[in-house]
Amino acid sequence: MSCTAREVIAAVRRGAEVMSAHRDELVELDRAIGDGDHGENMDRGFRAVVAQLELAEPPTPGAVLKLVATTLISSVGGASGPLFGTAFLRAASTAGDAESLDGTALAASLRAGVDGVVARGKAEPEDKTMIDALLPAVRAAEESAGRGGEPAATLSAAAEAAEVGARSTVPLVARKGRASYLGDRSAGHLDPGARSVALLLAAFADVEGAE
Amino acid sequence: MKKIINAPADVVTDALRGMAAAHPDRLRVHLEPDFVTRVDAPVSDKVAVVSGGGSGHEPLHVGFVGSGMLDAAVPGAVFTSPTPDAVQAAVREVDGGAGTLLVVKNYTGDVLNFETAAELAEAEDIGVRTVVVQDDVAVRDSTNTAGRRGVGGTVLLEKIVGAAAARGHDLASCHEIAERVSAGVRSMGMALTAPTVPHVGEPSFELADYEMEIGVGIHAEPGRERVELESADRIVRRLLEPILEDLPFREGDEVLLFTNSMGGTPPTELYLAHGVAERFLAERGVRVTRRLVGPYITSLEMQGMSFTLLKLDDELRQLWDAPVSTPALTW
Repeated sequence: MSCTAREVIAAVRRGAEVMSAHRDELVELDRAIGDGDHGENMDRGFRAVVAQLELAEPPTPGAVLKLVATTLISSVGGASGPLFGTAFLRAASTAGDAESLDGTALAASLRAGVDGVVARGKAEPEDKTMIDALLPAVRAAEESAGRGGEPAATLSAAAEAAEVGARSTVPLVARKGRASYLGDRSAGHLDPGARSVALLLAAFADVEGAE
Repeated sequence: MKKIINAPADVVTDALRGMAAAHPDRLRVHLEPDFVTRVDAPVSDKVAVVSGGGSGHEPLHVGFVGSGMLDAAVPGAVFTSPTPDAVQAAVREVDGGAGTLLVVKNYTGDVLNFETAAELAEAEDIGVRTVVVQDDVAVRDSTNTAGRRGVGGTVLLEKIVGAAAARGHDLASCHEIAERVSAGVRSMGMALTAPTVPHVGEPSFELADYEMEIGVGIHAEPGRERVELESADRIVRRLLEPILEDLPFREGDEVLLFTNSMGGTPPTELYLAHGVAERFLAERGVRVTRRLVGPYITSLEMQGMSFTLLKLDDELRQLWDAPVSTPALTW
């Protein structure tokens, strides 16, 4: 089975609920090593996405992802806006006009999104950024899809790897973004961007698994 | 948190409405997306100078909109970069056909959002050049970090490049002057207290009563070190020595000295520190010929200050002296 626009919309709505529920946690994480706006910005962005989905439900998975991208770019701000926006935009381009995405197409979209974030943000592994959750997630998704995994299994694999990847940022010293100004003092803290990635992928997997 | 606000989420918009009410002769305020333009924009055949960034640093940038400085400013949420669509809308509104110079402070979010905005504007055939200000010497290691932050030098750059645009310099020439200012300007700041972001509700960092943060950023980013409070003489030395060493500024150099309050430091303390700084520089043979003293790039209500030194040449001095008429800077 593969996922259609309806399921992608459900996943995005679930992502918005999770961002809202974890707003304060993300604010706290960002206050420790950044400037404390991450939870607020992500929550605002996903609320705007849900508001857009109320107006019109796009017909294909690609169109849904594109709507998420443009809405995040115009409502989140900070570094997260263009980075998450770029991720969804590249994923949308790769999804194209397909009516539905199977595990392989889903993994390919995720790969395109992650490559977009790397190109825009220029972060490398272990810089203590969202990349540290995204790279293992996309590798796990590709392996799962390669074994013939369906979208639900592919997303679960990605979510689990993202969670491990996010936790791996705790001991790291930040080399990109505002946390980098802390130097060694950034070690011992979970990166808020990596945490957001893990939360979102878990939310998406949650919905696909329930379908 | 004690602040004179209504809903925390509405602080920026509410403040912009107030600015519109206070300066109807100078500013036009647009909401959704939020940006502020000079009242007579676009000025045809003049290079438009557009800046922006997170709110909470006022008067930077919105207070510097007006003739001889910025054509438009794009405020984001507090301490958060504005989005590309807002920057693009501002550029579209003020571009007078001679192109637009974007003045961006070096923060990951600002750079990414303005980069995207520049792409969008260029797709509409508007000529865009960008200068990224990165004058904070407190950031020692710019290889393993996001690089030096843009701070006080931004105020001086916006004034000078605004004057160049008003004099009819073309986009390439405005960009060259902006790069020259950027190359010759250095800053460093300190804090006695932390600011409180309205939608966060708690101070951005903890600082004991007897402590100060040396090298703090304007979003309360940590600096080089946290030490016990000292006399003004010692604080001034702690800030100016790294600035002088960095460029370096040498004996005989002509400079503009900008003594800035981070928002919570009163004029008395600021003038006191400025006096110490002038003596300190005179002893080292650095010639201060132009000054700016006041709260021009702030960090909400943070108590603290920063110094900025800009190396002057004849052209930069004349551009600094040129007339300017904005809510926060006028002569």
